[in-house]
Formats: sequence, structure tokens, C-alpha cells
Amino acid sequence: MTHDGSILTAADLAGNGVHGDDPDRHGKFGIFGGRYVPEALIPALDEVASVYEKAKNDAQFLREFDHLLRTYAGRPTTLTEVPRFGEQAGGARIILKREDLTHTGAHKINNVIGQALLTKRLGKKRVIAETGAGQHGVATATAAALLGLECVIYMGAVDCERQALNVARMKLLGATVVPVHNGSRTLKDAINEAFRDWVTNVDTTHYLFGTVAGPHPFPEIVRDFARIIGVEARRQTLELTGRLPDAVCAAVGGGSNAIGIFHAFIEDRDVQLHGYEAAGHGLESGEHALTLTAGSVGVLHGSRTYVLQDDEGQTIDSHSISAGLDYPGVGPEHAWLKDTGRATYHGVTDDQAMAAFSLLARTEGIIPAIESSHALAGALELGRELGPEATILVNLSGRGDKDMGTAMKYFNL
Amino acid sequence: MTTLQTVFAKAKADNRAALVGYLPAGFPSKDGAIAAATALVEAGCDVIEIGLPYSDPLMDGPTIQDAVHRSLTNGTRIADVMRTVEGVAATGAATLVMTYWNPIDRYGAERFARDLASAGGVGTITPDLTPEESGTWREASAAAGIDTVFLVAPSSTEERIQAVADCCTGFVYAASLMGVTGARESVNVAAEGLVKRTRAHTDLPVCVGLGVGTGAQAAEVAGYADGVIVGSAFIRRLLDAPDEAAGLASIAELAREMAQGVRSRG
Repeated sequence: MTHDGSILTAADLAGNGVHGDDPDRHGKFGIFGGRYVPEALIPALDEVASVYEKAKNDAQFLREFDHLLRTYAGRPTTLTEVPRFGEQAGGARIILKREDLTHTGAHKINNVIGQALLTKRLGKKRVIAETGAGQHGVATATAAALLGLECVIYMGAVDCERQALNVARMKLLGATVVPVHNGSRTLKDAINEAFRDWVTNVDTTHYLFGTVAGPHPFPEIVRDFARIIGVEARRQTLELTGRLPDAVCAAVGGGSNAIGIFHAFIEDRDVQLHGYEAAGHGLESGEHALTLTAGSVGVLHGSRTYVLQDDEGQTIDSHSISAGLDYPGVGPEHAWLKDTGRATYHGVTDDQAMAAFSLLARTEGIIPAIESSHALAGALELGRELGPEATILVNLSGRGDKDMGTAMKYFNL
Repeated sequence: MTTLQTVFAKAKADNRAALVGYLPAGFPSKDGAIAAATALVEAGCDVIEIGLPYSDPLMDGPTIQDAVHRSLTNGTRIADVMRTVEGVAATGAATLVMTYWNPIDRYGAERFARDLASAGGVGTITPDLTPEESGTWREASAAAGIDTVFLVAPSSTEERIQAVADCCTGFVYAASLMGVTGARESVNVAAEGLVKRTRAHTDLPVCVGLGVGTGAQAAEVAGYADGVIVGSAFIRRLLDAPDEAAGLASIAELAREMAQGVRSRG
């Protein structure tokens, strides 16, 4: 999307084959990605891939997507400089990309609108989705209401409890919310359950996958629909500061907001890319979601990537105060960016994230999502390291309204 | 060791389908799984699939999820799976391991294939390993002399059926329906068509699984398939039984009914 009113182009969606041919036709980012799913789902994945391939080069589709992003989602989102917050970051110039200001309150709406339009093109009437923090579920329920689609959201029972407000929002929007009581009762189990629904109802249903993980073509499609974040932010930063930022920071759970802002900067070799995973109670505690930092290569939810797993390939439960980062896998493109060294990934503990959460509220009057607070905490540290001359762009991926219950408990409010 | 080839040749000579029973290792207990599989063999199962319990069984319905969860809670490891295979293979039944891909990937493909062969296992069924990703596993399996079984589904195109069948040795697993594992009221009508379509691409035996729970259903499927695969129905009985002994008696009874079924082609 451009400021002069011209619409999205195919290049805005997919970029120009940056960082090699990513992914290849089997959905591989280097050794990562691919498809590890029951054969029954292969035709559906092929169909999604081919319908998307046509759509992204179709002016009509791009117009519809662009129109909804502008008139419904609230794009382009603004940049906000946060000097009082920046004082605590070694005086670095901190700039926030305000995805929290989008309709429904998080970046998830971008991907959801794109995939809901694809659902129409697929000729399907029903969407299902997994959700952790509830933001992807709320966004999906929203788009389903807008486009008249039946909507079922799978959500871990633990997450239903800690994000009760979002459960109510989804219900109000007309979605059915199914609490998942299996396994760790969080995001990973919600994804398992959504796949079971999909394989059963694939003729009528599109699985509106919420992050850049899962089998090909989801990592590519979700990235492309989230890519607008970085396309806008790059242009806006140039306008604001006259140059590119020194670093871009984002929180990483499955990795959609991070890929969304990183991707447009991948060819800008001087721009550092930093992803922040949830370190929970710390690496040593064993209670964390440090998939890239402390995991190993394996297969989870249909994709080869980094996974928190034991020595026999059983998934280890993750932990984070933020439901949206509480996931033992990560998108395959992040695995590749890590291994190629193009991006660097770090851990931020629950306590560090909550300190940044509170600091942004008090210094700038912005209450961020706890997920995004991991990126803010990372920027505080990075700013002290890079010094006052540095400009750091942070993806403020969502707002913190949904986190008030957690904050009340944590801060004894 | 009985090979799959021997099993299907013998069943064909008897003009019947083979009966394939599935149970996860470590359920209802480590030894209980061997006892249960032995009971199935004694009651007429020709082939046993030992499930390798995995934390994220996204192709399985509630019954198998429940059993697998209990097995993992009991601390089942791959060494226990291999011991189970050894115990079951000793009965003379052809014994396979059914597993999601990640445990093999993590354990090491060559090592897994070698250890399975040493335990007397004759092959694997890998429901989430697609032909595109199966190269490493097929090489390792061939080197260890074990079979590789993959799945076709009602949604599979002719090209996909060909690609899957080309990767299979032993037999082709035809999933009867679009869905997860679990007994159903009736066997999906799509199953017969899928078996026919699959036969056009391969001379391998074709076995039908998903949704078979009664002797009558087994007889119906035996009318068009080379093998009938039963899993959740046995596990349901073990879950519902008041104790292990009652569970064994109950699955033996069902297995006899199924064995009768595959011998009276509908």
C-alpha cells in the first residue's frame, strides 16, 4: 500500500524473490518447511496454493484486499516515535509500527482478511482457526462475520481461561469457540484439533491458519498477507528519518508479525533483524518457549523447523505469560533466517516483558500486548547496546486490552 | 519371521482378507500391550501394527488419543516400542510399527530401521510422511530390509495414488474416509472406489483402515480389499474394561468376530 493512493501490487505481497527463491515449489526454505501431513490433506493444500498463486497476480483480488485493508482494517497504520521510552533504551531513537491500532487490535487482521477473501475464491462457506491469545480467533471471527462465513475457533482450555475477554468477543461475533482439553491445553493442541476438523470437513472448510508455520503453502501465504507491515514501515521510516533503521525488532511465537515486518528489510543487509522469543521463567527453569534459541530441528504441525522436543521427538510443553508466544514450534522461514544468520533470535523472560509493558504505558500512554512487550524489552536492551545514534523500529503487533486480567494479577492492580 | 508377502499370499490362497490389528505400545501397560497384541494374534489377527505413542497425534480421534496419552504418561519410550515389537513378532504375526514421522526423524532413520528389523519388525506405516519427504526413510528401510507403507485417501488424485503406491512396499493403506481414526456406524462407501482406483496403479495388496469396528463391517470390507485394519474398536474395549484381564477377553472376542468377518466376504 502506498501513501499516494495507488493500490497494492503483487510485489507488495510477495516481494521480488528476495533472499533466494523463497520458498521453492515444495515449500522449502533451505531444509525447512515442506509438508508432513496426512495424504488426505494434500489435495486441499494444493488447491489453496493454486488459488493463492492466481489471486496474488489478479488485479481484482489485489483491489479487494487493498480496499478492505484501508476501509476496514485501518491501514496504513502509523509510526509513533517514543522518546520517553527511548531514554530507557540508552537514548536510542525508538519507533513503533502501530499494528495495535488496526481493527480488532492486532496485526492478525491482515492475514485474516487475505485468507477470508481466498476462502471465497475457494468456494468454501466455513472457516476454522486455532488461536492462542485469541487475537487470531477474534480476527477470523470478525472477517467471517464481514464475509458471511460460518466460523469455528479452536482454543486451548488454558488459553480460554486466561483470555476470557477474547472468547466473549468471538462469541459475540457469531463464532463457535471450542475449548480444547487435550495435551497441554494451549495453542499446539488447538492446532491439532483444527487439523482434525479440517481433514474431516475439507470439502466445505478452509483452515484459516494464523501464523507462518504449518504445511506449505501456509508459511508463504501468511507471510505475504502480513508483509504489508514491513512494506509500510520501511517507507514510513525513510520518510520520517531519511534513512533505514539500524535494527528491526519483533516478538516471535509462530512468527507472523515478525516475518511481516522483517520481510521487506531482508535485502537491506545493513538493517539488523532481531526476533524475541518468550523465555518464560528463564531457560534454566525449563518453562519457556525458546524454540529457536534452545530447540532442535524436527517436524511439528506439518513443517520441518525448530521444535521444543525431547531426545525421542516428543514435543515439550512451552510456557509464557503471553498466550500468543506460548508455542513449541516456529515458522520454517524463521528457522532459515536463523541458520543463514540473516536474523538473530533472543529470549525475553516474563518479568522483562512485563517491565517493558508497564514502562511503555507509563512513559508513552500506550498499553501494548504482552506479546509485543517482548519486542519492546528486546529494544530496551538493544538500544543500550547500539547507543543514542541508533534508530530501532519495533513492531507493536497488538494492544494490551486483552491482557488486563494478566496485568491485574501480575501487578496487583 | 512372517513377512507381509507371506501373509497376503496365504490369505489370498484361503480366499479371504487378512486381518490387521492396531494397538499402541505401552497401553494399557508396557507388558499389557504385548499381552493384548498376543490375544489378537491368537484370536485370528494376521498382522499387528504397534503404534508409537506421540505427543501430537493429529490424525487420531479421541479413542487413540486417550490410549496414547496414557501410554506416554506411563513413560513409554522407543526402546519399549521395540520390546513390544519383539514380543509380538515372537507370536509369529507380521509386526509393523505405525508412527508419525518426527520420532523416527529424531531417533535417526537408519538407526530406527536397523533396530526395528533386529526386533523382528517387518516394516512401518507413516501416516504423515508424504512421498516428497519420504526418500531418506525409504532408503533406510530398504537397507534394513523392512517394508514401507504409506496412505492414500478418498481425496487423492490419480497422480497422488500413483506417487504413494510407488513408495509403498508390503501393502498400500487406503484410508476409508476423510477424517481421523475411530470406529464409525458404517464404513464409508468411498472406500470401495478408492481400493479400485488404487488397484489400477499397483499390484500390491490394498488394506482398508479407519472406521471398521464390527465383524459385519469387516466382512463388507473383505469383499473388496486385501486386508481389514482395526484399531480404535479394540482400544475402546480395553479402555472400557474394568481390568486388564477383562480387557483381553473382550478384545479376543471382538477379534474372533472380525476374523470370522474377513472369512465371510460380503
